[in-house]
This record gives sequence, structure tokens and C-alpha cells, in this order.
Amino acid sequence: MAAAMQLNTLMSNMFATGLLDDQFQQLQMLQDPSAPDFVAEVVTLFCEDGERIIGELAKLLDKPAVDFDKVDAFVHQLKGSSASVGAQRVKNTCIQFREFCQGKSRDGCLKTLDAVRNDFYDLRSKFQTMLQLEQQVQASFYPKQ
Amino acid sequence: MMSCKGLGGEGSAAAAAALPHVLAVDDSSVDRAVISGILRSSKFRVTAVDSGKRALELLGSVCVIFLNLNLLLPFRLCASVLHVLPITFVLGLQEANVSMIITDYWMPEMTGYELLKKVKESSKLKGIPVVIMSSENVPTRITRCMEEGAEDFLLKPVQPSDVSRLCNRVLR
Repeated sequence: MAAAMQLNTLMSNMFATGLLDDQFQQLQMLQDPSAPDFVAEVVTLFCEDGERIIGELAKLLDKPAVDFDKVDAFVHQLKGSSASVGAQRVKNTCIQFREFCQGKSRDGCLKTLDAVRNDFYDLRSKFQTMLQLEQQVQASFYPKQ
Repeated sequence: MMSCKGLGGEGSAAAAAALPHVLAVDDSSVDRAVISGILRSSKFRVTAVDSGKRALELLGSVCVIFLNLNLLLPFRLCASVLHVLPITFVLGLQEANVSMIITDYWMPEMTGYELLKKVKESSKLKGIPVVIMSSENVPTRITRCMEEGAEDFLLKPVQPSDVSRLCNRVLR
């Protein structure tokens, strides 16, 4: 089945490139017939949360006087949720980001915000593909739905 | 917002009530979903709330009934409709009856530490084991929580193996 193979390739790629780490595998193992949408639910919440936080960060860094404590608090949130879902690359970029917050470097923060945004959008688009492929695989196994 | 995962009409109420009920407290929606999933896969009933305040509301089990009535009636009427209680049980609402609390440390308004203190100060609630989760490994923080009576301190990201080890110990 083409979708299953594509899904396999996508997942291997996401782990091999360090986009995802072992924590994500742990979450995948929690999915079972009694919780068939667990991964989709967590991934969706992460994407919504990430989008919201990145928006807040952009606003805070746009102000003439940057409140680095507030910026740091939001980055801390994003770091936390990325760690919880196994979004390794986003998490690592957040760790760098916090260093610039602590150093009160607006330029450093702006550059890292761009990096976080890119990493997050890359992950989000791959997550969306993953969920679509999973649905296709499900549909092929259970055609009479 | 409260999500009562695992509660509900499916199966018999008695069978569901036999499973330990864990109250998870975390202001992060992602972390609430993850901890709920981990606990549910270990066959616990989970209620996940987003703040210490809501956790304390739930822990006063009579208030659970009030909270549920709130969905139907203005709050002020709740006190005068206690005769409706039998109906709330027929609707399948369950008592809080919490066997363990697992809470994030760093939350706005009330930290997990403050929630721990309030639980341990309450004659009704102090017997409930409280576990603290944190993404930061701060030894003084850990010591303070353990001294205040925390059952354990888990570093985030929390993994299924951490939780099953913990629950087997705490909820024999």
C-alpha cells in the first residue's frame, strides 16, 4: 500500500534528521484501540499551542522596549510542549532562544525566533502529512466504515 | 476547563469506580493530553484540569456536583436545588474520590508547590499522594516539595515508564 510506505519513509526521515526524538515514539506506543486518536490529538494541540506562542513572541519582540522576562516565559512554554511531544529540533532551538533572552539580546532573539518559526512550520507540515497518510492507511484497512 | 476523560456512561459505573482516579493538573494543554494518555494507558481514570484552583474545586467532592449543576442552572440556584442530587447520580456523575494528584510545578496563579501545601494542610485531603512534575531540575525546589510531603518529583518530559513505576508504588 503506497500510503503505508510513504508514511514509513516520512517517519524514518523525521527521526533520522532529529526533527523527532524518542519521546514521540513513546507517545505512539500509547495509541491503541481504546485511544485511537491519541497521537493526532497531541499533535494538533502542539501545533495550535506553537502557533499561538510564536505569534506572542513576534508581538513582544516588535515592541520598542522588549520585556525579555515575558519572552523567556513564552519560550519556556514552547520548549516544554516540544519536549513533551518529542519535537527535538524545536526544543533545541528554544534552548538557544532562552540564552538570548537571558542575555537580553534583541537581535539574537529575533534571529532565533526566525529559526524557531522555520523549525516549527517544517514540523507542522510534516505532522499534517503524517496524519493524512495515517488516515489513508486506516481507510485501506477498514474500508467499510 | 475540565476534561473528564474516562468518566462517562460506558460500562457500569461500579466497574469504572473500581479504577483508581488520578487528578492531573497542568496549565499546558499539550502536557495535560500527554499525562492523561499515559495514565489512561495504565488503566487509570483521569481528570485533567488546568489550574490549582480547579483542582481544589474538584477535590471538594460536593462541589463537583455543583460544578456539574452549573451547566444546567445559574450558580445561585444550586444551593436551593440540593433535592436534585438524586437526579445528578442518575445522570451518571461520579464523586471526585481522588487516589492521587499529579501536578505541574510551574503554573500561573497557584504553583504545584502551593497546591501541595493546601492539600497537606487539609484534614480531608492530606492523605492523597501528590506528585510534582517539572521541566527544571532544581535541587532546592525538589527538596522543598519533598519536605512539604510530596510523594515524588518527576522531571518532564514525563514518560510512561516513570508514571507506571510511580503508580505501582503509590496505588497498590
